[in-house]
Amino acid sequence: MFIKNYFKEVFSAIRSLLKGMRRTGYYFTHHKEIITQQYPDNRDTLNLPDRFKGEVVMPHDEKNEHRCTGCTACELACPNGTIKVITKFEINAEGKKKKAIDKLVYHLELCTMCNLCIVACPSDAIVMAQTFEHSVFNRSQLTKILNNPDSKIMEGIE
Amino acid sequence: MWSLANITNSIHEALNNQFSAGWALFFEMLMAGIAVISLFAILGLVLVLMERKVSAWMQIRLGPNRVGPKGMLQSFADTLKLLVKEGLTPGGADKFLFNFAPVLAIIVAMLLMAPIAFAKDFQLWNLNIGVLYVSAISSVSVISILMAGWASNNKYSLMGAMRSGAQIVSYELSAGLAILSVVVLTGSLSLNDIILSQQNGWWIFKGHLPVLIAFVLFMIAVTAETNRAPFDLAEAESELTAGFHTEYSGMKFALFFLAEYVNVFIVCCIGATLFLGGWMPFHIGNWQQFNHIMDYIPSSIWFMGKTFFLIFLIMWFRWTFPRLRIDQLLTLEWKYLLPIGMINLLVVAAMAIGGWHF
Amino acid sequence: MFEEIGTTTDGDLIINVGPQHPATHGVLHLVITLNGETIRKVEPHLGYIHRSIEKMCESLTYRQFIYVTSRMDYLSSHINNHACAMCVEKGLQIEVPERAKVIRILLDELTRIASHELWWGAMAMDLGAFTPFFHAFRERESINDIMEETCGARLTMNFIVPGGLMADIHPNFQKRVKDFIRLYKSKFEEYNEMVTGNVIFRNRMEGVGYLSKADAISFGCTGPTARGSGVSCDVRKWFPYEGYEKIAFDEVIETGGDSLSRYMVRVREMNQSIRIIEQLIDAIPEGEYQAKTKAVLKLPKGEFYSRVETARGEFGVYIVSEGGTTPYRIKFRSPGFSNLSALDQMARGSKLGDLVAMMGTLDLVIPDIDR
Repeated sequence: MFIKNYFKEVFSAIRSLLKGMRRTGYYFTHHKEIITQQYPDNRDTLNLPDRFKGEVVMPHDEKNEHRCTGCTACELACPNGTIKVITKFEINAEGKKKKAIDKLVYHLELCTMCNLCIVACPSDAIVMAQTFEHSVFNRSQLTKILNNPDSKIMEGIE
Repeated sequence: MWSLANITNSIHEALNNQFSAGWALFFEMLMAGIAVISLFAILGLVLVLMERKVSAWMQIRLGPNRVGPKGMLQSFADTLKLLVKEGLTPGGADKFLFNFAPVLAIIVAMLLMAPIAFAKDFQLWNLNIGVLYVSAISSVSVISILMAGWASNNKYSLMGAMRSGAQIVSYELSAGLAILSVVVLTGSLSLNDIILSQQNGWWIFKGHLPVLIAFVLFMIAVTAETNRAPFDLAEAESELTAGFHTEYSGMKFALFFLAEYVNVFIVCCIGATLFLGGWMPFHIGNWQQFNHIMDYIPSSIWFMGKTFFLIFLIMWFRWTFPRLRIDQLLTLEWKYLLPIGMINLLVVAAMAIGGWHF
Repeated sequence: MFEEIGTTTDGDLIINVGPQHPATHGVLHLVITLNGETIRKVEPHLGYIHRSIEKMCESLTYRQFIYVTSRMDYLSSHINNHACAMCVEKGLQIEVPERAKVIRILLDELTRIASHELWWGAMAMDLGAFTPFFHAFRERESINDIMEETCGARLTMNFIVPGGLMADIHPNFQKRVKDFIRLYKSKFEEYNEMVTGNVIFRNRMEGVGYLSKADAISFGCTGPTARGSGVSCDVRKWFPYEGYEKIAFDEVIETGGDSLSRYMVRVREMNQSIRIIEQLIDAIPEGEYQAKTKAVLKLPKGEFYSRVETARGEFGVYIVSEGGTTPYRIKFRSPGFSNLSALDQMARGSKLGDLVAMMGTLDLVIPDIDR
């Protein structure tokens, strides 16, 4: 009995080992199963989903106009103080003083891509871009000003 | 037919014509030394690349594919990196032993090259006790590991070395028993005689089941002896960081690394010699046509093919199995491999006496 | 050399495993007293990745503090976010729409599978088998792709807001989840072949790291660690939230108490998660994905607690509010901390190699323990 169990044990052990080897042997011979993505080479075909949170940007239209009213909702929503809205007063055509943004400073180095500013924005002025290659040689390059120079607010955005 | 033996013979004659016998021998030894060292370098490069590719494909990865065509030059780049790295000696280390250990590991590996027949009549030293020599010298490799572990003044290294000591000493036994079964059948300790005895069929086919079992035992035992996974307790990355070579860096680490691969190569050479007929081509009984075609393939290719097949087998083990625990490792040896090996040897002895083999 | 340093008076060896060690999967520091290969004592030292998240949360509003909890147990970040959102909803008495609830559960279970996949690979790697790690990542990657498409991030999703979800699911969501289930089912046999059935693996796990039922309870272990010892403690069954009571699934309990039981609980739990997803994926109700909430959330004065079952065990959020826009005090009950405390009990008397296996079966995530 003891001898029988002994050999049973040995054979079942060998069988379990061979099963594992069959599986690795399968992958060794079937190269189509390889899942490696060769990243910097596949930049052209890289397909990021449109919701991917890479970086906060402010879209401008062809007339260099954005939708930001300078309401600082994003600044308040941000948990880390990533966004700083610097406002100025502009005199519009009717001679009235109107609040507008001077600079929307965005600290990429502080941003955790939590999407709260985008959700908070009442006029959809900022969106998440699908860029992800953020490394730079100088840290100051990570502090970005989102509005283009000399840009204006679009007509009709309050 | 083109063969390595002709080249060596012509060199031998040329040297003997030019110089006196003593100088000729000296130059031959020098050439053999250079040949062995260059073989080491090539083996290191080839086997590291092979291991990386094998592991990558088993792990559904691509493996090295950047340096050179298809990543062929990756191991050159690795070597270059290791060469330019600083070889640090830790503060509390025993400096002499610490620096001597990797050299000893390489010396042992080099000595093991001597009796191996790489092709027909192509052997450094046709030793009449080749098998005994190999098992004796390979036991010395444990000393280099113990030395490295002790001299590093690192607890991980010490534990790795102690594990390795227990492991190599016990697995020597089953490796020895497995080798003995072929020696019993052949009746000779000379590796050359063993190869010649396999003229009409390799031992793994001629010897029925007992030799097959001996072959399996041999493969398990040498995997353990060379500290390869699943028996890599001396290194045990997830437990002991890197085991006995935790404190080694740069070229000293590379020597250990190289010694490991060369040891794998050597044990596979011996496995191929003993069980798979060394450089003997594959013959099937009376199929003269087939046997003739097989004879056309050079003997060195036969030998390397078999050796690399066994190396692949050992790599396959490594990338499939989890690691054993130290007590399980010793249980496997003393409760399973050793008894099976002993009984197997008895059966083989009965076979040899009765002549129940082809 | 060895006489002076690193030994106890009994001649036992003291080894520091970590804070930088391949087996600790992070910056855990274990001081191990060893007698030969046998473990006498294990002392975990914490604090290497303490970021004072609880204190940080006190200065963040109720919308903002949720994202920080993704950084605690980063492998089940979505479930952590879920617990925080539930606690705020409890305080504000917001009724979450059905659609949001179902999607939350779906994402929870996907996160749980992803976490267990990673654990499975890392567990095998701790035992010296490197190949399963990559195979596990293949399945995990497809979950991450689903997360990326719907939530916009792969690991720290921050997709849950008080009152529902940040956005509706992506149109591809259902199709891709079904693809994943197909992939998972076709590959599950491989897990058995490569690891679960392997004789070396079995021997490494069976009878090792025993934790009795009484010990599991007294150490406060939760999740698969406790369920491996036969303690029924699934929060999804005992304190159902978000409609878990309506879903058919089994609480996985193994009574062995050893490493293998804990391993089996996790592996079987993956199948239960798949079962939950299969039930819900075609039954996502139509409707709003977010309830109407005020722009500024103010919790009424009082104390609020909510708990969920993460991949590692029971995760609790305790908020004390003074009625302002930020919490007065926040306390997180993280599962890893209690589970780790049982390590010493388990490890005493076993071999060093088993310690690594035990740490693997505890599924430690160090930022979750340290916070």
